[in-house]
Amino acid sequence: MSNGTFEPRLVGFLCNWCSYTGADLAGTARMVYAPNIRIIRVMCSGRVDPQFVLKAFREGADGVLISGCHPGDCHYQEGNYKALRRHRLLSKMLEQFGIEKERFRLEWVSASEGTKFQLVCNEFTEQIRKLGPLNLHQNGGRHEQGQA
Amino acid sequence: MVNLTIDGKQIQVEESATILQAAKKAEAKIPTLCYHPVVEPYAACRVCMVEVSLKGKADLVTSCNTKVQEGMDVQTNSERALRARRLNVEMLLARAPAAEPLRQIAKELGIKKTRFAVKDPEEKCILCGLCVRACEQIVGASAISFIERGTERKVSTPFGEPSEACIGCTACAYFCPTGAITCEDKYGRKVIHEEMYLGPTTAIRVPSRQAVPMVPFIDKEACIHFKTGECKICAKVCDREAVNYEMDDTLRDLEVGSIILASGFKPFDARRIPAYGYGRFPNIITAMEFERLVNASGPTGGKVLMANGEEPKAVGIIHCVGSRDENYNAYCSRVCCMYSLKFAHLLGEKTKATIYDFYVDMRCFGKGYEEFYHRLLKEGTKFIRGRVSEINDLALTEKEEGKLIIRVEDTLIGTVRRIPVDMAILAVGLEPSVDHNQLAKKFNISCSQDTFFLERHPKLAPVSSFTDGIFLAGTCQGPKDIPDTVAQAGAAVSEALALADAGKVELEPITAEIDDELCSGCQICVGLCPFTSITYDKDKGISVINDALCKGCGTCVAACPSGASQQKHFRDAQIFAEIEGILLV
Repeated sequence: MSNGTFEPRLVGFLCNWCSYTGADLAGTARMVYAPNIRIIRVMCSGRVDPQFVLKAFREGADGVLISGCHPGDCHYQEGNYKALRRHRLLSKMLEQFGIEKERFRLEWVSASEGTKFQLVCNEFTEQIRKLGPLNLHQNGGRHEQGQA
Repeated sequence: MVNLTIDGKQIQVEESATILQAAKKAEAKIPTLCYHPVVEPYAACRVCMVEVSLKGKADLVTSCNTKVQEGMDVQTNSERALRARRLNVEMLLARAPAAEPLRQIAKELGIKKTRFAVKDPEEKCILCGLCVRACEQIVGASAISFIERGTERKVSTPFGEPSEACIGCTACAYFCPTGAITCEDKYGRKVIHEEMYLGPTTAIRVPSRQAVPMVPFIDKEACIHFKTGECKICAKVCDREAVNYEMDDTLRDLEVGSIILASGFKPFDARRIPAYGYGRFPNIITAMEFERLVNASGPTGGKVLMANGEEPKAVGIIHCVGSRDENYNAYCSRVCCMYSLKFAHLLGEKTKATIYDFYVDMRCFGKGYEEFYHRLLKEGTKFIRGRVSEINDLALTEKEEGKLIIRVEDTLIGTVRRIPVDMAILAVGLEPSVDHNQLAKKFNISCSQDTFFLERHPKLAPVSSFTDGIFLAGTCQGPKDIPDTVAQAGAAVSEALALADAGKVELEPITAEIDDELCSGCQICVGLCPFTSITYDKDKGISVINDALCKGCGTCVAACPSGASQQKHFRDAQIFAEIEGILLV
């Protein structure tokens, strides 16, 4: 937090072939988007182990984004479908942990969609800003804090 | 088989044969005019009369359409047959005295002059209808027929005007026995009447005059033979017997090491901009149609003519049709400015027309292009900067009557102008080819925002795709002109050759590996691998990865419950460390 406003800390796992290139395009095209996202490159969205997401939340992330190729466009044929399956299951589990499912997002961004990446980042940042900080450590989770 | 006698000669012919065919076998000469072996006989001219005796009864019959019968006795030159033939020829002579083959037959029969009244000494048509039958049976077009009755009877197209059913094949002229129907040698081929429209050409043709290889092909959609099974005229006239109707598309499986995609473009469909009136006004044509019009082998022999056959006095060239337009394609098609300038130059060379060139920005980016633009400026082409809003035929003054009105904002003088022209050429932009999307799916190629194929890197890998061994060349990757296409194609070929020349393929270093010690042999990874690179080793009770097949997606790593599967350069520990690192501050 700086200047009194809450700046969310977001972690993005981007697929090397589509979304990472798309983010690169947003950069080379000098598109301005919320600087809150911190990007980790993976070869495929299917590489994203659910542990990575949990680890990110544990380390203080307020939101996690997984972004891969559009359905049918996967460089590895079907990695993005596996990411989709894992996202569904993990979302349910996160809710049980008291982490809103809105904090965990899956998006399809192709290599040419620099504008979409910009949009997703801005939108996600705003969404998390509204939700507020996750505060897993300070208050033993946002869920309990809400009940108090 | 049937036995019969012709002029005292005993012969045996098939049951379906006509007397004329039998006579040919017996080497007896019967004159004919309206007969042609490939067309159904009609017995119109009646010069093939012969005398036939059957069971004691003698009769005069036309030999071309009378079937043979057992025991027939045919006299081809009996006094009675000759007398009938002479009368018929005399009557035909009265109708068509100028028909050369008819005069020849008359001469052979000893006729010097017809005793009947001659109507037109120049007439050649004997009304045999061979042309009508050929057009119907052989060509299948039925474009000509007999019109009027009695003495007014003649062969013609409906209302005597060039018919839309006529495909200009010249078969009628080819079949006409007396030369009454003529065709001209024009534009390097035979034409039956002046073509004034820019429609399709003949069904068998070379794709273009500069085609490589210079070989004709048959357009099956248009070919008469593929509709009716008839015609086959092209095969009949081909001395080399090169025409083969049975030849079909064959699908062949080829094993290749690399693929170069060069699927090209399709021109923007000008009908999508209704305000430009393409398809509604005949003198609004696209760039491709203008190319065909000015081509020396085109329908007008290279003359720039309007639909009514006159030379235009004013021509407008409209740039950026479907390009640089938010409503259609936002990108610049790159080639239109230069080909429009070429058109302006050609128009100046071939016509005396005033040439208007409506441009948004003049993009003369290549070597020598700017100089060409300056040359056009000096040649007197009127350049107007502004996007044309509409082309219509609504005249406000007498001067605009019968003209196309181009409405445009001249942004250099800041006013809206109306410019009357006779012809408007739409410089249409480039779009990806028709099967672009299927190709993208098939080869797993991403497309950029403008829907053209996406290269791996705009600067560092401009001919590679995201899939190894698949390269891009030409307009499938983005609009570009011929020099750029040739350069990119050359680069793509050398990339492909470099792969072939190396003789070995470098594998992705980022593959997955399984730690034997940690693997419990649960086989979750085996089912997940999209490349079937993981197999289960029964003896050791662990899963094994084939390095040559693994592409390194890491989906097995993400799923491994014991952490035995790890991806090189993307190990769990590495990514955990990354997460910790980026969230430190």
